[in-house]
Amino acid sequence: MDTILELKNITKIYPGGVVANRDVNFDLIDGEIHALVGENGAGKSTLMKIIFGMEQPNDGQIIYRGKQTEINDPNQAIEMGIGMVHQHFMLVPSFTVSENLQLGMEPTKGVFIDNKRLLEVTLELANRYGFYVEPDKPVENIPVAMKQKVEILKVLLRGAKVLILDEPTAVLTPQETKELFTQLKMLKEAGHSIIFISHKLKEVKEISDRVTVLRDGKTQGTLKTSEVSEKDISLLMVGRDITSFDMLRANHISDTTFSVRNVSLKLENNEILKNISFDVREGQILGIAGVEGNGQVELVKQLTREIPINIGEVKLLGQTIKDMSMHGMRKLGFSYIPEDRMEKGIASEGTIYENIVADRIVQDKFTKRGILNTKNIISKAKDLIKEYHVKTSSHNQKIAALSGGNIQKVVVAREASTNPKFLLAEQPTRGVDVGSIEFIHNQLIKLRDQGSAILLISADLEEVMKLSDQILVMYDGEIVAYFDNKDVSEEELGLAMLGLSKHDESRPRGAIANE
Amino acid sequence: MSDKTFQMLRTLLAVLIALALALIITFIVSDKPLESFSLFLFGPFRNLRYMGNVIEAAIPLAFAGLATSILFSANLFNLGSEGIYYVSGLVAAAIVINVNITGVGLPILAIIIAGIVGMILSLLPGFLKAKWDVNVLVTSLMFNTIYFGFGLYFLNYYLRDPNISQIASFSFPDNARLKRIIEGTRVHSGLIILLVVAFVVYIFLYKTKWGYSIRMYGINKNFSEYVGASSFGIIMLTHISAGLVAGIGGSVEVLGMYTRFRWASLPGLGFDGALVAMLAKNRPLASLGAALFLAYIRTGADLMSRLSDVPAEIVAFIQAAIILLISAERFLFYWRHKMLLKEADK
Repeated sequence: MDTILELKNITKIYPGGVVANRDVNFDLIDGEIHALVGENGAGKSTLMKIIFGMEQPNDGQIIYRGKQTEINDPNQAIEMGIGMVHQHFMLVPSFTVSENLQLGMEPTKGVFIDNKRLLEVTLELANRYGFYVEPDKPVENIPVAMKQKVEILKVLLRGAKVLILDEPTAVLTPQETKELFTQLKMLKEAGHSIIFISHKLKEVKEISDRVTVLRDGKTQGTLKTSEVSEKDISLLMVGRDITSFDMLRANHISDTTFSVRNVSLKLENNEILKNISFDVREGQILGIAGVEGNGQVELVKQLTREIPINIGEVKLLGQTIKDMSMHGMRKLGFSYIPEDRMEKGIASEGTIYENIVADRIVQDKFTKRGILNTKNIISKAKDLIKEYHVKTSSHNQKIAALSGGNIQKVVVAREASTNPKFLLAEQPTRGVDVGSIEFIHNQLIKLRDQGSAILLISADLEEVMKLSDQILVMYDGEIVAYFDNKDVSEEELGLAMLGLSKHDESRPRGAIANE
Repeated sequence: MSDKTFQMLRTLLAVLIALALALIITFIVSDKPLESFSLFLFGPFRNLRYMGNVIEAAIPLAFAGLATSILFSANLFNLGSEGIYYVSGLVAAAIVINVNITGVGLPILAIIIAGIVGMILSLLPGFLKAKWDVNVLVTSLMFNTIYFGFGLYFLNYYLRDPNISQIASFSFPDNARLKRIIEGTRVHSGLIILLVVAFVVYIFLYKTKWGYSIRMYGINKNFSEYVGASSFGIIMLTHISAGLVAGIGGSVEVLGMYTRFRWASLPGLGFDGALVAMLAKNRPLASLGAALFLAYIRTGADLMSRLSDVPAEIVAFIQAAIILLISAERFLFYWRHKMLLKEADK
């Protein structure tokens, strides 16, 4: 049992002062599956980027196969036998599986690509590792789980001995996860070493030989997985006990706040959304579960009208939003927590106080004849920072200097503190640390109990099950199932998410209030 | 060390490096390099008249810088101050030549109308951007040429004084010209107008809802849209206000420095405005300093070329070096890195 890769005292600080890693130690033994766990923002991704040559550490040593090395870029990492499967797949959608696999190393015949050989290589590779893929299909037409296999094969084809998998199960259903694990174990048998990044402890326990825990950019220790419990790991991760508690379901759901009727969307001849209808009612959290890429993103774009609504009808408090401006919608009580906080949720170069009440400034709440009442803005910002536990030294700090979780809290503070009539929460806790997740969940429950209607769209099944009063499942642009969140199991949801079980038409209509 | 201080030091260092570069070039081309270079560096301080030259030259640069700062704050890379300067200067000239008012009412009227004209001219590329998302860098450069063409035509056929050989308008009445405010120099009351405008722009950008919206839009337009601001409105507003400032700048320059309208080519202030705005990091009050600095190195170079054997084009080197260093993200990156490490250790 030799150590193949060792990191010693790695420190990485980003411009802006964010300490991502500090004195991190990590070692990978030949032929093991080593889990790297930690809350989001603990520095896992940064550490992996350092191993894969995407980031350079400010300090520390990398020892690979007994030799101290510097890894300057991903190409060098690949040459050394290190491969990475990213959370977001890096594939060319219009290319076939084979073409993607051998991109940049295509077998040629003269100046042309040797298509026969292309196919052979793919089949041979897939057979060798027992991965089932369809070589001739364009990647855009294959399911997420298969895309992931293509990514893994891509790395293997380039001769990787060390595989880094960044949260590979985040986009998979429970059934697909099981399959992936079988394959990972086979790879291990074949002599590969795997770094498995996750924050789902159940999976870590199931798949890994050893586990390294990161918290706040520091290593908390490396343990033999068989010798520790999930609870031990979570204690190391968070530094305290996470209390799990039962959420109270909404007890009275009344009038419809937000209604969607027969919304369909076609983009470039693909049917992205098919006849979507549901209602979100006062005091209700309606969850939409589904594997990513089944139309959720487009649905949100329709509801926020980033893509104009052409087919169907969406009403907020009885008024159609088709031609309403975002300003008008917000005035009616619309709030939105976007999936990508950096892209839509904040102005990163602005200060916290400029961000935290942005909607209200636009609505003239803090202005007098156009002049900003900076004193009131700052005092309101200070209140919100306190109320929403945003960890910061000052309201005047650049918001980009905060951690992901704290940035998200600023977004939630802004969107939730206006007592919205309707809140669209799109992956509200993605990339957020456990403590903040808990806090944000509680805020959503509080809003619901105050009578807000909340539409929760999340690929995190746990989140949907924990918060929702009712659950819709989206598959391939369609609502395929409707559950009352009292008597539904993870398995049932999983099957619906895979498109394997579909409720008949009448049942999803349970999400529509009786008219 | 705060980010602001770091940025300031960085700018300062860029300037110093650029000056050092100028010194090296002087050594290569000049027979008496030290003498020439000290002319460049200290010449502008030699007497009141030269110092006045610096301030005179800084006024139009600062106006252009202020206008461009507003545009850049919204992340709109518009270089249209150029054409607006030309036309608004011409409009001011046409008014003082044709309207018969005595006293200071005349220049005031001319400046106001030139400002309004500036707003309208700026609206065209603004509208194209707001409505159809047309690249504003391209349209603003095209409009510069178009506006200049129209302006030159108007000058030639309606305002040109046939009694003199160069292209120039009829002469301005005396009361139209901005009063000199410092004895022994040509520094005119446009300086006061500039200070007022700079202050108003500062208040506008940093203390009003509109300026706030413009800045947030500039940082992240998706964000600005999602919190309910209208991008269309912001783009239009940005262009209107920048046009107003540029329009005032053009007319102030013409009425402050000339007795006739004499621009037979574009004054080149569109690019200068961008340079000033970049040096000042889009901050209105810093624009004043940046404009002064530019005017200072230009005056110095001018003196050097007149009194020594080094050509004035050396300024172009200095400007290029400064722009390169300031816009190069990685300049001083390593140092910043070390600083972060230390800070984090606290």
